Amino acid sequence: MRDKQIEDLKDYKYGFSTDIESFKAPKGLNEDVIRFISNIKKEPDWLLQWRLKAFERLKVLKEPNWQKPKYPKIDYQDLYYYSAPKSLKEKPKNLEDLDPKLLETYKKLGIPLQEQKRLNGIAVDAVFDSVSVATTFKDTLTEKGIIFCSISEAIQKHPDLVKKYLGSVIPITDHFFATLNSAVFTDGSFVYIPPNVKCPMELSTYFRINASDTGQFERTLIIADKGSYVSYLEGCTAPMRDENQLHAANVELIALDDAEIKYSTVQNWYPGDKDGKGGIYNFVTKRGLCKGKNSKISWTQVETGSAITWKYPSCILKGDNSIGEFYSIAITNNHQKADTGTKMIHLGKNTKSKIISKGISAGKSDMTYRGLVDISKNAFNSTNYTQCDSLLMGNKCGAHTVPYIKNKNSNSNIAHEATTSKISEDQLHYCQQRGLNQEEAVGLIVNGFCKEVLQQLPMEFAVEAQKLVGISLEGSVG
Amino acid sequence: MEQKLKTDFDKFISASNFSSQEIKFKKEALDNFLKNGFPSRKLENWKFLDINQIIKKNIGELTFYNDYSIKNEIDDNIFIKEIEHNKIVIVNGKVERLSFEYEESDKINLTTLDNINQNSNYNNSLLSLNNSFSKKIHNILVKKNYSFKKPLIIYQITNEKVSSTNINFQLNFDLEESSSIKIINFSDDNSEKNFINNLFNFNLGKNAILKNYKLDKKSNTNIKYDYSNIIQKENSVSETFIFSSGSDYLKNEVNCNLEGQYSSAFINGIHLLSKNKHHEIRTNTNHLYENTKSYQLIKSVIDDNSKSVYQGKIYVDSKAQKTDGYQLSKAVLLNEQAEFNAKPELEIYADDVKCSHGSASGSLDEDSIFYLMSRGLEQKTAKELLISGFLLDVVEKITDEEIKKLIRKIIGLN
Repeated sequence: MRDKQIEDLKDYKYGFSTDIESFKAPKGLNEDVIRFISNIKKEPDWLLQWRLKAFERLKVLKEPNWQKPKYPKIDYQDLYYYSAPKSLKEKPKNLEDLDPKLLETYKKLGIPLQEQKRLNGIAVDAVFDSVSVATTFKDTLTEKGIIFCSISEAIQKHPDLVKKYLGSVIPITDHFFATLNSAVFTDGSFVYIPPNVKCPMELSTYFRINASDTGQFERTLIIADKGSYVSYLEGCTAPMRDENQLHAANVELIALDDAEIKYSTVQNWYPGDKDGKGGIYNFVTKRGLCKGKNSKISWTQVETGSAITWKYPSCILKGDNSIGEFYSIAITNNHQKADTGTKMIHLGKNTKSKIISKGISAGKSDMTYRGLVDISKNAFNSTNYTQCDSLLMGNKCGAHTVPYIKNKNSNSNIAHEATTSKISEDQLHYCQQRGLNQEEAVGLIVNGFCKEVLQQLPMEFAVEAQKLVGISLEGSVG
Repeated sequence: MEQKLKTDFDKFISASNFSSQEIKFKKEALDNFLKNGFPSRKLENWKFLDINQIIKKNIGELTFYNDYSIKNEIDDNIFIKEIEHNKIVIVNGKVERLSFEYEESDKINLTTLDNINQNSNYNNSLLSLNNSFSKKIHNILVKKNYSFKKPLIIYQITNEKVSSTNINFQLNFDLEESSSIKIINFSDDNSEKNFINNLFNFNLGKNAILKNYKLDKKSNTNIKYDYSNIIQKENSVSETFIFSSGSDYLKNEVNCNLEGQYSSAFINGIHLLSKNKHHEIRTNTNHLYENTKSYQLIKSVIDDNSKSVYQGKIYVDSKAQKTDGYQLSKAVLLNEQAEFNAKPELEIYADDVKCSHGSASGSLDEDSIFYLMSRGLEQKTAKELLISGFLLDVVEKITDEEIKKLIRKIIGLN
């Protein structure tokens, strides 16, 4: 029995759950729960009204069902919408006040908050279940006027900023999961970079779902004011559980004139076991608005976890000369399913977008790239370049490409390419001849296949991602 | 509409002599159409061009009853004179003439089909509509080892006797082992505002060759839907060429099932659109067996406020290892109001495959225009030259030299 457990643990090293008493809202989705969440977070009335409006809208919305991976119906009344580590009911002032057990958890995850403070200069905001527990490096950031805190704190301390931008990219009238998030979101990160400030370090958030039957609904809002720059990283893990857990986050990015936001994700939620039991449903809405002239938003994602990944980080290129980029690696193994891609909506003149997507499917998994490039009538002189490549390992998995291309402007150019292939025998043979075993050889070739995207990641993440790529494909060859 | 459909259906049934079994089948098809109605943009395949809206806006009330007792005169002047050919002449959905004067009569078998149960594709309500209102289906069977000596031209004519009418038509081809046929489907529309719904079935036996060229040149205000279903056995080859230009609205759908190994399908198409026309090509190539091959090349030239759509799907079954699939769509937008939409799709379940697609759209290359103008050409001529070069690429894919010459002449690419 114990051996088996250890064996299982090998597969997903983040699959522990931490024994921390948590404080939960009653199960179910109703107005009272929303009031409860709003109340416990001491939110102003406008936000409560905003949530309730979203909830009203939710009642008439239907869950979408056009996606490729189908899943059993989710009972939204059987979920906890708020779960916080009990010891956090009163927020800690600094790291020393944190529950030692929590800190241990983060250590296991490889994000030693304490050490990080001194070491490599990445400011971390960690979100545990639904609540943000600690933010490091606050002082250095405050000096520059950068606001990096949990969104709950931002609501208290910077209500004007939150009120102005919250829901401006993903309105409460959006699709089902986004609206659900608007109604019940619990915490998340908030970043504001003042004009002409280049954020001196990478900002990072770590998400973890711990309690069972909990949905995680975090909300991230990043605003880059005129002429500023920020690079933001996000990582996620969850314990191994038999049941499926829902993760429906909303991420909104706003770039004003000449600003640039770089958003990187390494998503490694629990993917379920070998037979496809359990795992996270990762239904996330991510959208960036290039509001100002010459602004730029760049999404980079490495998707290796989750039972089902269903997300399309998008860019709305509203400002003239704005640029949108999307780099993605998605890997599915065993019974994992992914339906991911991007939307590039060109509204302003001279806007440019670039999409590089690499999909790898192995085992019995299924992977879809779905993307939209829409060049509107007034987007003169815009260009898009899309490349999506898929790699298949074995004949029990699937790889699909579904691009939607709309060109309504005769001065604009769109180019799209897609290929699907397998690892060639010649490449494998060559590597093995040089002394690599089969798995190492596959790892090497796959890393080469993904290189274009991996290069976009910040150093520290790139190393982790490269390892993840290797781990995710273990046992998929032969 | 529902009441109209029912009364027109009863009128149609009592005017024809179907067996009770056929009537039962037709009724089922009608019920299915009643249930689903005309497809709208809610359906993925109709996302870009909503035929339901277009019919409502351009035709309004449709008549489903088509009086087949009317005698139609055929004007021999419309026949193509450049090449000797066999003819099928269809006027307003009724077969008026079948002549295979250049072929050996014992090598072809002409029948009408009783078994209309095939093709009851309930996902496509337009096929249901076709099944419920089409007359007896002619079947052309080409016997083993026989190759047509001359091409067969199918003239699809509409005249002023029909208007605001729904015309449903079906034709069936069976190509036995090692047989071959060349078909030109030539539309000649002299009617206004009808909805024409065509369904062609092709069954290709081992080693059979089908060459099918579809031409829609003459400007008209009809709304058309044309579905070709091609089933291919081992080592068979199908070549489809679509020239889509004249009708106000035209959607060509080609479905190819590659069921036998070494079978291959080639689909090439041109959209040449101006004056508020909406055209779509949708190809569906299903690789269902090992070592099959498919190739699609679609090019669009879009002017004024026209809209061109290409939806192409390559499906590869997990059995279909060593598939070779390639798809390319290109569009030139000549006008601010023009629009091009594409959805090139890959759905792949086998690993040892080579599949790729590409899509590009934009304006004519300024550098090329500049180059030609610096050689003394006027801007207009330079643009025309570039456009014909762009389209000629597709016409050059036609494998039959004689027909290629004819089509170049008809389209006006010299």
